[in-house]
Amino acid sequence: MAQMRETRAAYGEALVEVGRVHPEVVVLDADLYNSTRTVLFRNAFPERFFDMGIAEADMVSTAAGMAASGLVPYANSFAMFITAHCYDQIRIQVAYPKLHVVLAGSSAGLTQGADGASHQSLEDVALMRALPNMKVFVPADGVETRAITLALAELPGPSYIRLGRYPVPDLFDSSYRFELGRAITMRQGRDLTLIACGHMVNVALQAAELLANRQVRATVLDMPTIKPLDREAVLRAMEDTPLVVTIEEHSIIGGLGSAVAEVMAERVCRARLIRLGTQDVFGESGTADEMLEKHGLTPSAVAGRLRHEFGR
Amino acid sequence: MSTRDIPTLCRLAAELRLHAFQAMGPNKAHHFGGSLSAAEVVTALYFYKMRYNPQNITWPERDRFLMSKGHCVPAQYAALAMLGVLPLEELSTLKRLGTRLQGHPAMHETPGLEGCTGSLGQGLSYANGMALAGRVQGLTYRVYCLIGDGELHEGQIWEAVVTSASRCLGNVTAIIDFNGLKAMDECACARTTEPMATRWAAFGWRTREVNGHDMAQICDALDWAETDLNVPAVIIAHTVKGKGVSFMEGKAQFHNASLTEEQHKQGLAELGATLSKLQEV
Repeated sequence: MAQMRETRAAYGEALVEVGRVHPEVVVLDADLYNSTRTVLFRNAFPERFFDMGIAEADMVSTAAGMAASGLVPYANSFAMFITAHCYDQIRIQVAYPKLHVVLAGSSAGLTQGADGASHQSLEDVALMRALPNMKVFVPADGVETRAITLALAELPGPSYIRLGRYPVPDLFDSSYRFELGRAITMRQGRDLTLIACGHMVNVALQAAELLANRQVRATVLDMPTIKPLDREAVLRAMEDTPLVVTIEEHSIIGGLGSAVAEVMAERVCRARLIRLGTQDVFGESGTADEMLEKHGLTPSAVAGRLRHEFGR
Repeated sequence: MSTRDIPTLCRLAAELRLHAFQAMGPNKAHHFGGSLSAAEVVTALYFYKMRYNPQNITWPERDRFLMSKGHCVPAQYAALAMLGVLPLEELSTLKRLGTRLQGHPAMHETPGLEGCTGSLGQGLSYANGMALAGRVQGLTYRVYCLIGDGELHEGQIWEAVVTSASRCLGNVTAIIDFNGLKAMDECACARTTEPMATRWAAFGWRTREVNGHDMAQICDALDWAETDLNVPAVIIAHTVKGKGVSFMEGKAQFHNASLTEEQHKQGLAELGATLSKLQEV
């Protein structure tokens, strides 16, 4: 049984590794350091940790000023607040001048759980993807999260990394190497391609297993970089299989599904596209599993929806 | 260059005002009012106070100036051109397609700019970030942030005011260009701005009020600001919007306005006459 971890936890641990290697890295948080797991960095490097209080906009602008003066800041809050609450600051002070700021959005998506719509970020990838110069990452498990967190310290310019509080099994082993803008083929089949990111990669793998029981063979792609997107991987998918399905714990508007649709729409394409995710609605209070169930983002719901496409 | 000679600084401010006005030109909307009201403050920073080497503008130990009220960047472009950081002739490209001199500060385009502003209210937070970076890296530079009084309507400024005070950022000096006017009318019409000094003091800042067109008072205040390394200081500079051009002074309509050829000529003549007078002294 693979180790179960939350990506936010893997991020918090990796941040300490980053701090050891990179004296220029500082961490800012907005009164959520236990939840975002930056508490580990706070304990290890108190002189490089800044709890900015409940003032996210001030935090992001402060991080930008630090980046302009020789530091590499990682700014942290819930995904909702670090993106939507600070959009103007990110746009003008971080993305426009291409400053090396890492924005980490924690407790993202439906699996945020019981706090309801105000805290369930289903638009953060869309918001960040629309900004010029911004890179967007949605890691699938603890191993990938660690690799991306380490890489971001040396990747110039602005980045957004989306993290969750839902335990997922490690899908990769220590041989994993992160490549910017590169999809990873997790399994291969010729009937359809499932393209997933974040928690949904594990769901896609399990759904593929269920489909295989019905003789529907699925390729599964992990797409940890939403921007810049691996266009080649999408083009291959639409040539190799007649159906492409995106799965994300995010609105189907503006996120992974939109990014894939944009690539497919500009090519002559015989493949169909189905986008699974939240269907232009807000979240609500409920447990993580109840929310995934309600929005059809469990392995059985995904497999059930897709096997009908093949009449099986 | 750095001088404490007041007549020289007054002459440089008149020159800066003339360069900025000329760059803004006729027949196109420009932010005349606030660019002109800030001339003395910007001059005192670049030509008197700041540790700044125009030959080495990325020197990590340099003092930093951030124009938080980004629409007034023509005054900063003029200063940078007078220092030789930008070619003087480039000033005429302001706001033209392809220029490095954008309508609002673009640090990645223009040599000498320290940040991107233009969306009001964000500059002081950014200045705090620069100041904290200096502290983390053991550098002793100071950060100066020019804020409009209208800009103080923005809530984020007050988040930043708390940050500077609670983190004891004595290396931060805020300067308010208190000209009393915003884009439409008086700043106090929409939201109160007074009691200005009391507000800042209540947040834990040291405060001083000056006539923002009196060079000696500005220089004294800038000296005073750096006397306490643990408490940030704000200089409330009482200014006249559109200062130096008679038909603009104290008029909100010239916050962002397009001048006729005639108006622009008159402005140039008035600013030129002021400069000539100061050059004779």
